[in-house]
Amino acid sequence: MGETAGIGNEYVREVAAKKYEYGFTTDVETDIIEKGLSEAVVRLISEKKGEPEWLLDFRLKAFRHWTSQRQPTWGHLRLPEIDYQAISYYADPTATKKTDKGEIDPELMKTFDKLGIPLEERMALSGTAVDAVMDSVSVKTTFRDKLREKGIIFCSISEAVKSHPELVRRYLGSVVPYRDNYFAALNSAVFSDGSFVYIPEGVRCPMELSTYFRINARGTGQFERTLIVCDKGGYVSYLEGCTAPMRDENQLHAAVVEIAVMEDAEVKYSTVQNWYPGDSEGKGGVLNLVTKRGLLAGNNSRLSWTQVETGSAVTWKYPSCVLKGDNSQAEFYSVAVTNHHQQADTGTKMIHLGKNTRSTIISKGISAGESENSYRGLVRVARTADNARNYSSCDSLLLGNRCGAHTFPYMDVQNNTAIVEHEATTSKISEDQLFYCNQRGIGTEDAVGLIVNGYAKDVLNKLPMEFAVEAQKLLGVSLEGTVG
Amino acid sequence: MGAAEQYITLYEQNRDTIALHSPSALNAPREEAFRDFKRLGIPSLKVERYRYTDVEQVLKPDYGLNLSRLAIPIDPRKAFSCSVPTLSTYLYFVINDEFRPEVTHSKPLPQGVVVCSLAKAAEEHRELVERHYARLAPTRKDSLNALNTMLTQDGVFVYVPKNVALSRPLQVVNILRADVSLMANRRVLIVMEEGAQAQLLFCDHAADERQFLTTQVAEVFVGDRASLELYELEETHSLNHRLANMYVDVGEKAQVTLDSITLHNGLTRNRTDVSLRGAGSTVNMYGCVVADKQQRVDNNTLIEHRSPQCESNELYKYVLDGEAVGAFAGRVLVRQDAQKSSSREVNANLCASPSARMFSQPMLEIYADDVKCSHGSTVGQLNEAALFYMRQRGVSLEEARLLLKYAFVGEVIDSVRLEPLRDRLRYLTEARMRGSLSNCEGCKVCR
Repeated sequence: MGETAGIGNEYVREVAAKKYEYGFTTDVETDIIEKGLSEAVVRLISEKKGEPEWLLDFRLKAFRHWTSQRQPTWGHLRLPEIDYQAISYYADPTATKKTDKGEIDPELMKTFDKLGIPLEERMALSGTAVDAVMDSVSVKTTFRDKLREKGIIFCSISEAVKSHPELVRRYLGSVVPYRDNYFAALNSAVFSDGSFVYIPEGVRCPMELSTYFRINARGTGQFERTLIVCDKGGYVSYLEGCTAPMRDENQLHAAVVEIAVMEDAEVKYSTVQNWYPGDSEGKGGVLNLVTKRGLLAGNNSRLSWTQVETGSAVTWKYPSCVLKGDNSQAEFYSVAVTNHHQQADTGTKMIHLGKNTRSTIISKGISAGESENSYRGLVRVARTADNARNYSSCDSLLLGNRCGAHTFPYMDVQNNTAIVEHEATTSKISEDQLFYCNQRGIGTEDAVGLIVNGYAKDVLNKLPMEFAVEAQKLLGVSLEGTVG
Repeated sequence: MGAAEQYITLYEQNRDTIALHSPSALNAPREEAFRDFKRLGIPSLKVERYRYTDVEQVLKPDYGLNLSRLAIPIDPRKAFSCSVPTLSTYLYFVINDEFRPEVTHSKPLPQGVVVCSLAKAAEEHRELVERHYARLAPTRKDSLNALNTMLTQDGVFVYVPKNVALSRPLQVVNILRADVSLMANRRVLIVMEEGAQAQLLFCDHAADERQFLTTQVAEVFVGDRASLELYELEETHSLNHRLANMYVDVGEKAQVTLDSITLHNGLTRNRTDVSLRGAGSTVNMYGCVVADKQQRVDNNTLIEHRSPQCESNELYKYVLDGEAVGAFAGRVLVRQDAQKSSSREVNANLCASPSARMFSQPMLEIYADDVKCSHGSTVGQLNEAALFYMRQRGVSLEEARLLLKYAFVGEVIDSVRLEPLRDRLRYLTEARMRGSLSNCEGCKVCR
C-alpha cells in the first residue's frame, strides 16, 4: 500500500498541509467578562443583554438546577476535566464599535470573509441568509428585510427577546427544558446568543437560513441557543456551520438547539461541524457537548437532522426527535469522522408517541488514527404509538488498527403494532474494492477517498448543495494520512 | 433496612455457620467477596448492565436460607418426571443448591470424568477446585458475584479430562423444594481439559409453589480444542426468581455452543460472559424466550474477542404475550489483537399483546480493524400476508398465529444438536404457546 500512497491525492495533500484551515484568530477588541460562574455572572450576562425579568428567572432557575447536578460520565469518552470556573461566559467582539449604527468592525467582516461566509448582500447569488455569531454575540444577520416581507423572523435570539418576547417566552425551554441534562442546564443559565427563526403559518421559506458560529476569544466557551419554530404548513431548511481557532487548551461548546414543528410543517436541519479537533497529539480542541431536539408537535409534521461531524476533540450529542403528532415523520442522517485522538459518542433518539409515526436513522461512522467513534441511539415506542415504524442502519468503517468503532443502540418497544428494525455492520475498507481501483490506475489514497465518499453518500446526498461540496472536501481532509 | 444491609447483617451473624458447613476452597474467597459486596451494594437501574432488572426488588423479600445444610426430604424421581423422556443421559439431581450423590443411571462415566457436588470435589480434588474456583467470576466488579461467593456452600462440579469424550449427554436437574420462601446460592464449576468433549443439559424446575430466589454463578473452563455444548432450560413458575451469571473461558480452536431456553419463570436475569482467549475458537449462543402474564426475562451477554481468528454467532428470539417484559443486551467486544474476528449478532422479537414490552440493545465495541462484525435487531408482529395466506386456506386465525409464532422460535430450537432434546423442545414450546402448560411440564407437585 505504501508506494501508491506516496503519490497521493494532490488536492487532499494541499489542503491537509494547511492542517486546520480555520485555525487563525482574529485580532479584535473583545469585551470579555471575568472568568468564573456564579449567580452574579448569570445576572451580569442577563443585564448586559438587557433582558426582561422572566428570562433572568429562567436563567437563575437553570443555574440553581445546574449546581445541584454532577457532570455525567456514562459516555464512551475520556472527557478531560472541565473547570467551569476557568471559563469566561461572555465575550463580545462587537462591544467597542456599538456606537456606529449597524456598522460592523472591518476585522470581523474579514474574519467571516476568510471563512467564506457571505455577510454582504452582494453575495445574494448564493441565496442563503446568514446569521453570523462570534463568541457570545450575533455579528450580523443578512437578508432580514427580504424575509420580513414574508413574515419570517430570522434574527439573533437576544434581539428576538426584545422584538418578539411573546414567541420566545412561549417556546424557549419547551422542547429542551432546563432540567433536561447537565449541559442543557448550563446552557440555559449562561446562553449568550444564537439564532431565532419563526416561520408563520403556510409560508415556505424562500431561501436557506444559515447560522455560522465562531469561537474566537481565548479562555471562553460558546453557549449559543437556537430556537426554530415552524408554524402550520411552513417549511424551512436551516444550516449550521462552525469553526474555532487552534488553541492548545480545550474550549467548551455547550449549545442547545430547540425546534418546534407544527401541523403539516417541515424543517430540515443540517450541520457541518468543524470545530477545531485538536492537534495530531490530541492536544487542545473543542469539547462539543450539545443538546439538540425537535418536537414534532403537530400531525403530519416532518423533521430531518443531517449532520457531518468532522471536528471537535470530543463530540457528545444526540440530535433527537419527539414524534408527538400523528403521522409525523423524522429522519436522522449522520456521518461522523474521527481521526488522531478525536472522540465521538453521537447518535439520536427517536421517541414515538403519536400514531402512524415513522423514523429513519442512517448513521455512518468512520474512525482513523487513535480515535474512538461510537454510535448511540434510542428508539422508544410508547404505548400510544400505534403502527409506529422505525428503521435504523448504522455502519462503521475502520481505517487503521488503533482506532475504535462502537455501536450502542437501545430499543424500547411498548406497542405490539410497532415495527422496529436495527442493523449495524463494522468492517474495514474492502481489499477487493481497493484492488479494483488500483488495477484501474487509481492510487490507494484516492481510492480510499472515493470509497469513503461512496460510503457516506447516503448522508451527503441529504445535504443542501453548498454544504455537500464542503462536506466532501472535509471528509478528504479529515482522513488525510490515514492510509499507508 | 435496605436489601443490601439485610444481606450484610445476615452474613455477619452467620459467617461461622456458613464456613462450618462449607469446604475450605469455598471459604477462601468469602471474606473478600463480603468486603466487595459491602462496597458495591446492590446495583441500581442506573448501572448499565442492570438497567432492565431491578435486582433490589428481587433481593428485598425475606427469604429463608439453608445455611446449616439440613437434609431436604424429597425423592427427586418422585417429584420429577424427566422432561426429555427419550433422551438417554447421565442424570443427576440438585435440590436447591445441594447435589444429590445417588447415581441414577446404570452406565458408569468414562475413566477420569468427575461429576459430583462441589463441596465433595473441594475435598477429593482439592487442587483442581482451588485452581479454578472463583477465578473467572470477579467479585470486585459485580455485586451478584460477590453475594453468591459470600453465601454459597455447594453446587455442581464437572471435570472432563484431556481428550475424553462423553458418549451421552450429562443432565443436571435443579429442583427447588421448600416449605417457606427460599434463597438458594448455587455454584457451578465446569472444567474441560484440552480436547475434551461434552454435552451438558441443565434443567431448572420448582417442586413447590413457594417464592424462590436462586443466585447461580457458573464458571466454565474450555481447554484448547475442546468442544462443549451447554443447554439451559428453565421451566419453573411465576414465583421463581433467578439471577444467574455464567463466565466461559475459551481456549484455542475450541468449539462452544450455549443455549438458553426460558419457557416458564417469574423473573430471570441471565448474564453470560464469554471470553475467547485462544485463537481460532468459535462460540455460538442461542436463546429462546416464550413469556406471558407478568414474566420478566433479561438476557445480558458479553462476547469478548481477545485473540485473532475467532468467530461468534448470537441468536436470541423472544415471543412476548400478556404483560411480559423482555430484555436483551448483547455486547460484542473485539480487542485490538483480535484481528480477523468475525461476529454476528441477531435479536428478533415478537410482541403479541399491547401490554408486552421489549428492550433490545445489541452492541458492538471494536478496537481492531480487520474484522467483520454485524448485528441486527427487530421488534415486530406476525406477518399479515402470511396470516392471510393461511386463513385463505382454511386455517383458523388462532392456529395460524400459533404456527407463525412456533416457526419464529423454531430457528433457535433447530440449533439444538441433541435430537431427542430438540423434539422435546418443539413439543414444549408448542404446548407452551397453546397455553396448555400453565406450569412446568416436568414436576408433579405443582400441577
